[in-house]
Amino acid sequence: MKMSEENGLLQRFEITGGDFGNAGKTSTSIKEILQEIGIDSSIIIRASIAAYEAEMNVVMYARRGVLTLNITPEKLHLKLEDEGPGIENLDMAMQEGFSTATDEMREMGFGAGMGLPNIKRNADKFDISSIPGKGTSLGITFCLNQTEKK
Amino acid sequence: MPKKTKMTLKEIKELLQAEVITGEDCLDREIRFAGGSDLMSDVLAFGKPGILLLTGLSNSQSVRTANIIDAKAIVYVRGKKPDKMGIELARGKGIPLLSTKFMMYTTCGLLFSQGLPGVNGLPHKE
Ligand SMILES: Nc1ncnc2c1ncn2[C@@H]1O[C@H](COP(=O)(O)OP(=O)(O)O)[C@@H](O)[C@H]1O
Ligand SMILES: [Mg+2]
Repeated sequence: MKMSEENGLLQRFEITGGDFGNAGKTSTSIKEILQEIGIDSSIIIRASIAAYEAEMNVVMYARRGVLTLNITPEKLHLKLEDEGPGIENLDMAMQEGFSTATDEMREMGFGAGMGLPNIKRNADKFDISSIPGKGTSLGITFCLNQTEKK
Repeated sequence: MPKKTKMTLKEIKELLQAEVITGEDCLDREIRFAGGSDLMSDVLAFGKPGILLLTGLSNSQSVRTANIIDAKAIVYVRGKKPDKMGIELARGKGIPLLSTKFMMYTTCGLLFSQGLPGVNGLPHKE
């Protein structure tokens, strides 16, 4: 995988809401790409965990979503934009343990209300915005430049 | 009996009377710590690279989670086995899968009494 000079690597993945069988495939692919590029292994794990929880949220709560992976020499950026119900109360959604997951989702091993807090914990920079009735956007950034790391 | 601080997968297989679903050729792999949960969000939050993952969650999310956090192997408790998709993924990623008849509590107890520490028994480096 080659990076172009200006924009780095840019790759787009589509995620289908409700498709529990394929849930996690995108994050698995992202991990493979990061390994291929030779990103630092501790950053690979943090980014993969964040991608996985974010992907599961799209599968569980939204109709469809797009994950965009962007890697430049300075940073690794994951953008998730979904079409779905959105989140009414972001402060509440960010609290550990808050979840509206169904039993079916819990049987998948998700829905403990730990996803968003864990994404935030792993990221160097985390942004979330949502329009109820329309969808949710996440921006998750990891610094690749050692000196800028938190 | 001297306490162990690490065990091979082969020793773990014998202790737990486990069946090897895939990864028969990786049984000399050394395990230094383990953690058990049926909640993959928990595993993603507390798991550390190198962990032996004990779980009763048998869908392919267990294997995907193990791959994401660089787990060394998975032991399914209560005689569970993952679905075909999970086994294929584990094979592709070189993650050995074992299945024991023991329930979670007993599985953890057996390993812990041999001296194998939990995730939190390791010094954390944030
Ligand atoms: N993409 C999303 N679209 C709509 N709602 C979401 C989305 N992501 C998270 N939520 C809401 O925020 C809650 C908390 O999310 P999270 O911390 O990932 O925990 P969990 O998924 O285990 O419930 C969810 O239960 C859901 O109500
Ligand atoms: Mg979630």
